[in-house]
Order: sequence, then structure tokens, then C-alpha cells
Amino acid sequence: MAEAHPVGFQWVVEAKKRGATVIHVDPRFTRTSALADIHVPIRAGSDIAFLGALVNYVLQNDAFFREYVVAYTNAANIIDDNFRDTEDLAGLFSGFDPEKGHYDPVTWRYEAPEDRSPDEQQRLEELEENETGGSEHKESHVAAQSESHGSGGAAVPWKGRRDETLQDPRCVLQILKRHFARYTPEMVHEVCGIAPDDFTKVAEALVRNSGRERTAAFCYAVGWTQHSTGAQMIRTASILQLLLGNIGRPGGGILALRGHASIQGSTDIPTLFNILPGYLPMPHANQHQSLEEWVRDDEDKAGFWGNVRSYAVSLLKAYWGEAATPENDFCFDYLPRVSGDHSSYSTIKAQIEGRSKGYFIVGENPAVGSSNGKMQRLGLANLDWLVVRDLQMIESATFWKYGPEIETGELVTEEIGTEVFFLPAASHVEKAGSFTQTQRMLQWRDKAVDPPGDARSELDFYFELGVRIREKLKGSTDEMDRPLLDLAWDYPVDEHGDVDGQAVLREINGTGSDGKALSAYTELKPDGSTSCGCWIYCGVYADEVNQARRRKPHWEQDQVAAEWGWVWPANRRILYNRASAAPDGTPWSERKRYVWWDAEKGTWTGADVPDFVPDRAPDYVPPEGAKGPAAIGGQDPFIMQTDGKGWLFAPVGLADGPMPTHYEPPESPLANALYGEQNNPTRRALTTPSNPINPSYSEAFPYVFTTYRLTEHHTAGGMSRTLPYLTELQPEPFCEVSPRLARERGLTHGDWVTIVTARTAIEARVLVTERVRSLRLGDRFVEQIGLPYHWGGNGLTTGDSPNDLVNVTMEPNVYIQDKVGTCDIQPGRRPRGPALISYVESYRRRAGITEEET
Amino acid sequence: MTFSPTSLFGRLDDVQSDAGYAEDHPPRMGFFTDTSICIGCKACEVACKEWNMVPDDGFMLTGMSYDNSQSLNASTWRHVAFIEKPVDVPVPAGSGPSPAASGTDLGMPSVGVPQLPLIGDQEAPSGDGGIRWLMSSDVCKHCTHAGCLDNCPTGALFRTEFGTVVVQPDICNGCGYCVPSCPYGVIDVRHDDGRAWKCTMCYDRLKVGETPMCAKACPTESIQFGELTELRERADRRVEELHAQGVEVARLYGRDPEDGVGGDGAFFLLLDEPEVYGLPPDPIVTTRDLGSIWKHVGMAAGGMVALGVASFFGRRK
Amino acid sequence: MSGGSHQGSGGGAGRGEQSMVPSAEPQKYDSYYGRPVIKAPVWKTPDVPLYLFLGGMAGGSSLLAEGAAATGRPGLERVARLAAASGAMGGTVFLVHDLGRPERFLHMLRVLKPTSALSVGTYILSAFAGASSGAAALEVTGWFPRLKRVAGLGAAATGPWLATYTAALLGNTAVPAWHEGHKELPFVFAGSGAAAAAGIGMLLAPTAEHGPAIRMALAGGTAELVASELMERNLATGHGVDLAEPYHQGRTGRVMRAAKGLTVAGHLLTLLGLKWPWLRRLAGASYVAGSVSLRFGIFEGGKASANDPKYTVVPQKARAAARGERKQSGSLA
Repeated sequence: MAEAHPVGFQWVVEAKKRGATVIHVDPRFTRTSALADIHVPIRAGSDIAFLGALVNYVLQNDAFFREYVVAYTNAANIIDDNFRDTEDLAGLFSGFDPEKGHYDPVTWRYEAPEDRSPDEQQRLEELEENETGGSEHKESHVAAQSESHGSGGAAVPWKGRRDETLQDPRCVLQILKRHFARYTPEMVHEVCGIAPDDFTKVAEALVRNSGRERTAAFCYAVGWTQHSTGAQMIRTASILQLLLGNIGRPGGGILALRGHASIQGSTDIPTLFNILPGYLPMPHANQHQSLEEWVRDDEDKAGFWGNVRSYAVSLLKAYWGEAATPENDFCFDYLPRVSGDHSSYSTIKAQIEGRSKGYFIVGENPAVGSSNGKMQRLGLANLDWLVVRDLQMIESATFWKYGPEIETGELVTEEIGTEVFFLPAASHVEKAGSFTQTQRMLQWRDKAVDPPGDARSELDFYFELGVRIREKLKGSTDEMDRPLLDLAWDYPVDEHGDVDGQAVLREINGTGSDGKALSAYTELKPDGSTSCGCWIYCGVYADEVNQARRRKPHWEQDQVAAEWGWVWPANRRILYNRASAAPDGTPWSERKRYVWWDAEKGTWTGADVPDFVPDRAPDYVPPEGAKGPAAIGGQDPFIMQTDGKGWLFAPVGLADGPMPTHYEPPESPLANALYGEQNNPTRRALTTPSNPINPSYSEAFPYVFTTYRLTEHHTAGGMSRTLPYLTELQPEPFCEVSPRLARERGLTHGDWVTIVTARTAIEARVLVTERVRSLRLGDRFVEQIGLPYHWGGNGLTTGDSPNDLVNVTMEPNVYIQDKVGTCDIQPGRRPRGPALISYVESYRRRAGITEEET
Repeated sequence: MTFSPTSLFGRLDDVQSDAGYAEDHPPRMGFFTDTSICIGCKACEVACKEWNMVPDDGFMLTGMSYDNSQSLNASTWRHVAFIEKPVDVPVPAGSGPSPAASGTDLGMPSVGVPQLPLIGDQEAPSGDGGIRWLMSSDVCKHCTHAGCLDNCPTGALFRTEFGTVVVQPDICNGCGYCVPSCPYGVIDVRHDDGRAWKCTMCYDRLKVGETPMCAKACPTESIQFGELTELRERADRRVEELHAQGVEVARLYGRDPEDGVGGDGAFFLLLDEPEVYGLPPDPIVTTRDLGSIWKHVGMAAGGMVALGVASFFGRRK
Repeated sequence: MSGGSHQGSGGGAGRGEQSMVPSAEPQKYDSYYGRPVIKAPVWKTPDVPLYLFLGGMAGGSSLLAEGAAATGRPGLERVARLAAASGAMGGTVFLVHDLGRPERFLHMLRVLKPTSALSVGTYILSAFAGASSGAAALEVTGWFPRLKRVAGLGAAATGPWLATYTAALLGNTAVPAWHEGHKELPFVFAGSGAAAAAGIGMLLAPTAEHGPAIRMALAGGTAELVASELMERNLATGHGVDLAEPYHQGRTGRVMRAAKGLTVAGHLLTLLGLKWPWLRRLAGASYVAGSVSLRFGIFEGGKASANDPKYTVVPQKARAAARGERKQSGSLA
């Protein structure tokens, strides 16, 4: 966090000054570790073993926050009789189809209630229908719809039976206990390389700092997300935090440290293929042939997600304005559809295979920043046209002229047919707009200077592009053109002559039938009378004031500091904060009071905006058949879940299991010590010749490598390797190895080394440092090589891109790539030109990778 | 302007009056750099260069941990030092680095066969022993008794009303005398420019009541700016706090107005011996010995005259 | 902690006290990757060493010139006057050339700063250059002989300061091999300057007028050798590390040994030259070469002592430790 979020890290330093214990778990000793109380070196990719062992520790020692767990999680829920755990099936859960490579979660569900309500009966029948076909579920997962269930989980058809004594062998807590029973400190030593004493230190610190009086927080970044089991790693932490009672409480929770100043914004107003603003799912071509079909699954689900129709219709009104009417399903038919996996890496494969012809690269540099650089560049070379918008001439724009494949001859400039348009972009001080950072906070930035020359903001570009396209299509009678022609495409221009960003923000906020800015997403209607570009952002322009622009200093506010910026949703700073109070509505402790029930006033009150129905009493029990927000009980803090509980066990919604399970990364030097199943069975391979995978525990590739960031550089380097002041701070590409590995391979501190995988070989300087520990796993050492990934061929400092080494195997829920792999390392510079190809091929032969396997 | 024995050495509580400012001069301003919370982010280096338009210093990977700025000089006015020290014994109270850690040298590139660091215990299970990573943002000390200022022959270096030491680039003729006069090795001559340059404590910003850029940019408030007297008190409390937490190695450097330079206007909290950070263990301003120096010069000059005269006595030959 | 006295014991507190670690043993010390703690002077070679030589030689020559004038040795007087003036002029050229901004050399005259040897020296040099050039010009033209004497006396009054102030210049820095030798260095420079001036005299003046030059060379050269020896001995002990080491190692060591050798050779040749006068020319050249070498040696040796952190760290740690022990034992702070 100190490396990648140094400004945010000041709060960790502040907390430490006030007595907090800071624990840093990371393969390397970084600048964060330097200020931590405990550093735990870990084998990259083995986090589920570590976190699962913490779960096991908490359960075995009865150290969980019982009242919280019973009332607020699904620990007490009874699971279907047919459920089988990884303990029973050598690493698989019940319902795995080896041919299709995915699970049918029907056996994971809550036990069907014997006396069913009519709704529940209908749902059961629907499910049984799907069981036989199963195709809809597969389609749904292929299209990563698991991500599309909003901020909550997928719908469960019934709340089910619960055993609040937590003794029933089929209750979630017992299943969880059994599932993690073999995740012991000794197992952690063998799998992660963490000494049992260190493990115990961490476990004790966590337990000591959880409960009524104290809370503990987890902060994570791509060390968890960028793995084939990434979603489950985070899940394990969620389970742990739920067991410890740390979710929804001040000083608790799990903070995702995102990789870029506004990347949270680019998932909220998304640039991802499978979601629409506010995490509405992209409609599926087969499953959703009408608005009705689109919202039906989630409509009336318990909780605020049940009002999905209002959010969806308001979004359509924002897009098509007047043209969207109840009669035409609010122009639902105009929305593009997904029909399968259109994720980033699959798209690259489609480019290589000639199925995808055009590409916009805007403020990103996949030739350096995405995994398997060669694959990226081969895709770029096969396009008809490419548009690149950036501040600098990035590698993704010059791939046709410079680049590793030009050097080796795999690509020849004259033979590349891609027409490349490079458009200069304005920087963030040259345009007005908001950033949404890692805490869900929107902060508005004003324009400080005009952009130079022809540089323009994205807003100006896309608006102008739309204007010109619509101009060209004017008068067309073709149905295909109506979605573009019917767009509400009129934005005013501000005092600088730029398209007015604040007007766009206001449109995102939403307006009512009177044209005035709305204040809360509860005001959104399903009948087309409201318009809202992103329901979770509704309120950012409340009272016609740009709330994201507020800058009241923290020393003039309490610790919640609600008047700095605006946090979605509803300026609520901590989500699920109902859980900061006991079931009866009183705070768990004076020290940790945050939000509580004021019985006199009949409302929830406190330091933050309560994440609950404001006037819902703690003892409220929803009536049978209640829908949407009305179905939220007084003790259901997790209001986006259909059962209002935190899910220790996820009956539905995740592609790779209801509980996290340790699998080895797709490339690993070790066999899975826990199960017979080596890797995540539902992982998605990407088969294309430029993406061969190193076999597991291969002699040719005995070391682990992982990529990471330095404070001094920014992502793919376009904004830092081109500036002298940053370049001089880290002027050359390097890798970091332990002294033992240096001795083993004859590497000299400061000299050049070559690192090779089945994909390619790169060179870098080597820093031999004790900050990279040799990990002892059982009777062997596992050596890890650390690689800052910022380098590419353009700029003041240039070098090979470490991401060229990475194989793309995708996580099954969100299709993210792994950033861990295996490799070899040798002293000296790498071969150049065509010799590089034969060098890599010699390694492939040694590893037994044949053409057919690629 | 007053000139007393304490003008050159010893405790001097009002350095501005000593330099000739009127009684109503502003309070002495300074830096307290608490290296125990430095995260090595180098925002201070960049912010300083941006504001003061200091040129970049060359692109060379030094192998000195994450320090590629190497040292303070004419084009680096804030320098973040990085020191990696294996910890194989608990650091005892009050002592310096562990014996195994002496002469920590990760080796410089292309200088023979560099020494690999002492291993600690790589044969043992991982996670024990461990490592310390010291990080510290170094800066001009703006000494109470500043050797560079005492020795500058053109008057380019002067004491400001805030008690800081500043070089005027329009006067400096690059004689370079300030360079070896500094006991901390701070000030230097910029070779393509010819003049001496160093930290000004953002004199232009102080004049309008603003904070120097490094302090402004530092995210953890490792660099603290304010009135020197107040900073010293704050630092004393911080050291006490650290000692109470068991961090016995914490100590202040340059805080003592009785030290060899009369106390630094920019002083530090360190977690190890000063020389580990590249700082002199016991800096004394060179002009302390000015009297002795000129006395001996005088004697020698006199001796030379005597010798010269005596050469003419004796037989004519 | 010694109070505000300027009469402190200079380099190395507690010199000779038992609390100091003997410098015979190699010292353990930490440093920041072996990098220098202080900064070596950025002054150029050969500009500054040659200036040191020229200043010494010119200062000595001004004495020789006045003495010669007073005792009727016109040949020696002329040589000495010209030597003094060319030394001053040449030295000034080197000084200006050494500046980072030579066009701003007049900024040296903006202030007179008593704490700065360079400032004081600028005025010494200016006064000397004016006086010696005036005297030389009048010597050459033959005009205003009495004015010439006045100018010459002005030069002789400032000359010895010109020859020795440079020891203050070098000594009043943080450079260990200079600062810790600041007591002896002025005598080294005085002797060297006298020997150089005398050497010029022996080289260029008529042999009949050599007498004073010979005496000055023998005395000056001996003073230089003795003072150097004392300085190096004092640098070698009592600091925890041998601060004279930079003067003995590597190329600097060779230059310093050459300097001493040339001075000794000068003595030998001078003594032999009492019998065979033509050898005195050789002696004169030897003294001059010895003086030049000495200045280069001192200059490079100082820089070497600045560049190695051990010469800064070890003595300072020893000094601080000794002070701590004295405090503990209750003796005078």
C-alpha cells in the first residue's frame, strides 16, 4: 500500500501511531513492510491456504464473534443434502461437469423448505427445469453474469431452515469447519512457506483485535485479484471478517486498493463487457429478449436490488431520453447484447483469429500492461483499424514499428495492415471531471490549464464522435441506425468551450419528471418518469449541487468526514453499517459505536448514513411474500443479499465453488499439497499459439515469478517513464532475487539477467536483496523473482516488458489473468533478433511443450 | 550586526539577530524529519524539483537499494536514502546496529565482485530474523553555524530572516569554496551551469507564509515544517513515545543547539547511527577553529618575513 | 562540550588520551554504501595547485626583491620583481579560470568577509598584484625608483600573507587531511613559497647575487620538510585513523615523495653549487619543481581524504566517544 497508495498510506501510519498493529503479507519486503509491525513473506498465489488456515484457527478456537455470526451471517443455514465438499471429492465440489468444465450449483443451495410458499414452489420448479438443461446457467457463467448480480449476491430462491445453535452437521458453520479442517499452521508452512510461529502471531493479533471493542481491517490489491482463484481469495477474507464480526464496522471491513486513480469509476460506469452502469448486467442475447426477461431474475428480490427495474428503466431513459417509452420497452432493444465471453483476453484471441476488426485503446497500454504482450501485439497487428488516445506515444501505438516481434522478425512492419490513428489526449489537469477512487469516493477536479495543441479530453472526443456519426446517419431509414439516431445526445458547453462535464455528472445523478436533480436512488421509478445514468451515483448532484466537489477539511469534521467529496451509494462511507450495532439496535460497544437505532425517534442514526431502511425497527420481521426493500428484516444488515445475511457459504453466484479452496496457480513448481485437483477446475484456458503454458513442477522452469509495482512509476509507464523527474528515481528495469537464488544461478548484483518462460525471454538488471526471502516449503526452497512491470520500449527509460512473460489463464468468475508464473533465470543479456525465438523454443522443448499443446 | 564568540561556534539562540536582522524578525523556521514514518515514496524529491525547477540528475541504476539519486548535490536537494539491514539479533536498547550488519554493502554495479549481504539465516525457516529497511529524506541542514555561509566570498550565501541559509544564483560566481566547507556534504556546484545550488527551504514560499514543497508533499508527515523551537519539542516527545514503545534505537540528530554546528535548522529522528545514513557522526563547523587557523597563518607569515630578512645577513655571495 | 572558545584543541579532541582508540588497528565503521560523507572541492587541476604554487613563489619573491633592492643586488632584484608580478598575474588568471562563472570574478570584491579566507585572500591578492605589478613595471621601465621601492615594500608586506593565507583557505574546510593539519600547513606553505622564490632566483639571477637566494632556499626548503613531517605525524595519530594516509598512497603518495625528494635534491645541489655555481641553476629548478609537486600533492591528498568516508567517520566517532567518556567521568566538558 505504501508503494502504490502512498498518500492513502498516511492513514495507516496515523493508525499505527495510535496503537494499531500493522501486518503485511507479501512475497517481498516492500516499503509497506518497512513500516509494518509484522511482515509475513508468502508464496505468491497461495493466499487461500493462508487465509483458510486463519478461518480454521478462528473456528477451531471458537474465536468467532458468535452473536454477530448467528444473527448476521448464513452460518446457521442448512445446506442441501446432496452437497459434497472438496474433502469428499478430492478437491472438487458436487456438481462438476468435467466435459463442460463448470459447476451446476444446484446441490449447493439452501435446503428446500418442506412447507413452501407459492413463490418458493415456483422457483423450485424453475430450478428443476434448468437442472435438466443447465444451458442457461452455463451461458450465464460464460457471460460472467456472476459479476452482474449487483453489489449483492445472486438470488436465492428461499431463505431456508436455520439452526442457530450451529450444531447441525449440515449447517454452514459445520460445513465450513470441515472444509478448512486441514488448513493447519503446518499445512500453511508446507504450502505458503510461512513459519508456524509467524502464522500464530498473525492469527492471535487478528483475534485479539476483533470483537465488540476492537476491529481489524484487510486491505488488498492485485496480489489477491490477479489469480486464477482471485475472487475466492477475497472471499476467504470476507468469510474471515464475517466470522470475526468485522464487516460493516468502523476500523473493520475489507478495502480493495485499486490499481489506478479512477479505476473504481471505470467499473461503476463501466468499461467492462458484461456490466452496465451501477453493475446492472448486460442483457444476454438468448436469455433476455425483452426488458421483462432482463429484470425478472432480480426483480423483487429482497433488498434494494429488488428495485432493479427502476434502475434499469432510468438508465434507458438517460440513454434514449424522449425516444424511450413504455411502449417500446424504453428502447431496451437498442441495447447491445452479450452472447458469450467478450472479455479482454478472449477478444485478443478473436483479433488474432481475424474475428475482431477494430479497437479503441483509450488511456491504456495493453502492449505493456496486459498479460502476454506478444499475444496483445499479434492481435493489434491483425486489426483493420486501431484508435489510440493517450498523452504519450505508447507502445500499443507503435507496435508496428518497434517492439519485440519486429526485432525477432515475427512481425514485419510492411506486412502489418492495421491502420493506426493516434489522437493526443488531455491530461487530468486539462479537463474537468470526477475521479472515483478506491473508497468509492467521487472527487471532482476542475480544469486547471488548457490542453496543448490538438489534445482533447475523452468527453470531447466521444461526444464529437457521436455527433459526426449521427450526422452521417441522418435521414437513414435503416433500423440498425435507430439506436444511434435516437440517443439523447445533447450536452451543453461550459465556460472553457468544453463539453460540460458537470452536465454529464448531473445526467448520471439523474433527474425526476420535473427535470430537477434527484437526491437518492430510492426516488427512481420503473415507469419512465425518472432518468438516471448510474443508480449508485444518484445523489452526487443532489440539490443541484456538485457534491463531489466538496472539500471541507478533515480537521473541521468528525472522523467520518462526510463533507469531503461524495461516496456512493448515498454518501454512505461504510457499507452494511447496520452490522455496527447489535441485533437489538444498540452499538456493540461505546468504543465502536457507529450507527444505532434511536428508539425515541424511530430511526437509525449515527456518524454515517445508515445502510438500512431508515425507519425499520430492529425487531421487524418481514411478512410472507414481501418483496424488494420490504423484505429486509430488522436484523438483516446485508441488504443486497436476498436473505439479508453475509454469506459464509455462497449457494449460488460463484463459478468455482461455494467456499474457497486452495488450488495451485496454473503455473506452479509444486503439486497441490491439499488435494488431488492441482488447479482451479473451472479456470478458463486461452488456447492460441502465442499462449503456451509452462507445465506444473517443471524442471525447466523451477522458479516462481510475480509482477508488481514501484511507487516511482505508474502502470505501463506512459505517464512516468516519459518524465525525467520520475525516470531518474527508477531509471532502469530490474528484478529482485534472494541471495540464495543469486548464488544458485551465479547472478551478480547490478548485472544483467535473462528470465525465460514458455512465452518469451526478457532481460533486466538484478538486485540481489534480502528483502526477497527464500521460502522453505517442506524440504525444499521455493525461490521467487520479483519483477516491476512498468517497462516498455518507448520513453526515457526503456526495457523489456515483464508482462510478456505471463501466460493468460483466466479466473472463471471475472476472467482476470494470473500475475504469477514459473520461469528460469540466467545471468547475462538475452539473445536478440531471431536468436530469441530459438532460445525460447529450446526451453519449450526441454519442458516438453509441444505444438499441439499450445 | 553583532559579532560575538558565539557568532561562529556554540549555542546561538537568535541566529537572525546575530546576522543583523532587526528585533522583529520572524521566528526561526525549520524541518523536523521523522524518518521512522518515512515510506520512501520520494514525493519530496519530485515536489522540490518541480517547484524549484531543478534539473534531473542523470539516469543510472546504482544498485544502492532503491536509491538512484545517490546523494544531495546541486541538482538533488532532497535525497531519500535506503538502507537494508539484516536483523539476526534483536537490537539491544541504546546500541547501534548489530555486529553482523556492519559495513552493509549491497555492492555497486560494475565494481569488481560486489559483496552479497550477510545472509542472516537463509537455511532457517523463512520469516524469522527478517530485515530492517531504513528510509530517510535528507536535506540541507541550514546550520546555526554554517560553514558554507562563513566561507562564501561573494556574499551570495546569506542568512534569511527565517534563519535559513540561501544561495543567490545571480551573485554566485561558482568559486566552489562552499562545497568542501559543508560538514554534511550538501552544497555543490552544478557543472554545466557553474554556480552553487542547494535547498532554499523554499524561501519564496516562506515569504508568503507557505510551506516548503517537500513538507507539503510528504504524505505521512515524515517531513514536518514549522517554528524550530516547536519542532524540537515535538521531536523530543516523539522520541520519548518511540522509546516507550520499545524502539530504543530512535534518536535525534542535529537537534542539540550545543552541538558542533549550534544545532541544525533541519534536524532528524534516526533509527540508527548517523554514518549508516551517510551523515557525519559528530559534525563541527570548520570555522570553530578559525582563530587557531589564522593564528598559525600569522605565525608562518611572520616566520617567512624573518626568514626573508635573515637571508640577507651574512657574507656577500 | 567545549564552549564558545575559538582556542579549542583543533583537530581531534583528546589527542593522546588513553580513551582514544589507537589508529594502528583497522577500524570498523559504517558508511552509506562507501560513499563520501562530505564533498571534495570541485576546484580544477591544474588551476588551483598552480595558484597555490604561484602565490607562494610570488610572496617569497617579493621579500627577495626588497631585500635585493636594499642590499644593492639589482640582478636578483629584477628577477624577483618580475617573478612576483608574473606569479600574481598568473595566479589571478588561474583563479578566474577556475570559477564556475568566470565573467563574475569581480563579485569577489562585493564584500570583505573576515570569516572567509577566500574573501580575505582576494584582497590580499589584489593588493599584492597591484603593488608587485607596479613595482615590476617600474623596474622594467626604470621610472620613479623611489615609487618602485614603495610599491615593492607594499608587495613585501602582503607577500608573506599571500604565501600563507592559502593554508587557511584549505584548512578552514571540512576536508580531514587539511583541517586536521591546519596548524602545520601554514609553515609548510611558507617554507615552500620561500624555497620556490629562492629557486627562481637561483635559476635566473646572476650567480654573484645568489647569496640570499641560497640562504633562503636552504632555510625555506628545510622549514618545508620539517613542517611537512610534523604535519603528517600529527595527522597520523590521535584520530583513530591515519589521516596522513592519503598523502602516502597511490599517485598522490608518489607526488609527495617526489616533492620532498626534489627539495632535498635542491639542498644537495645547492651545497655542491657552492663549489660549482652552475649547479645552482639546477638546484633552483629542483626547488621550483619540488614546490609545484608539493602543492599538487597537498591538493590531491586533501581530495582523497574527502572522498573516503573513513577519514570523516572514524575520527568523529572517536571524538564523540571521548567526549562522552569525559562527560561520564565528570571531567571538564
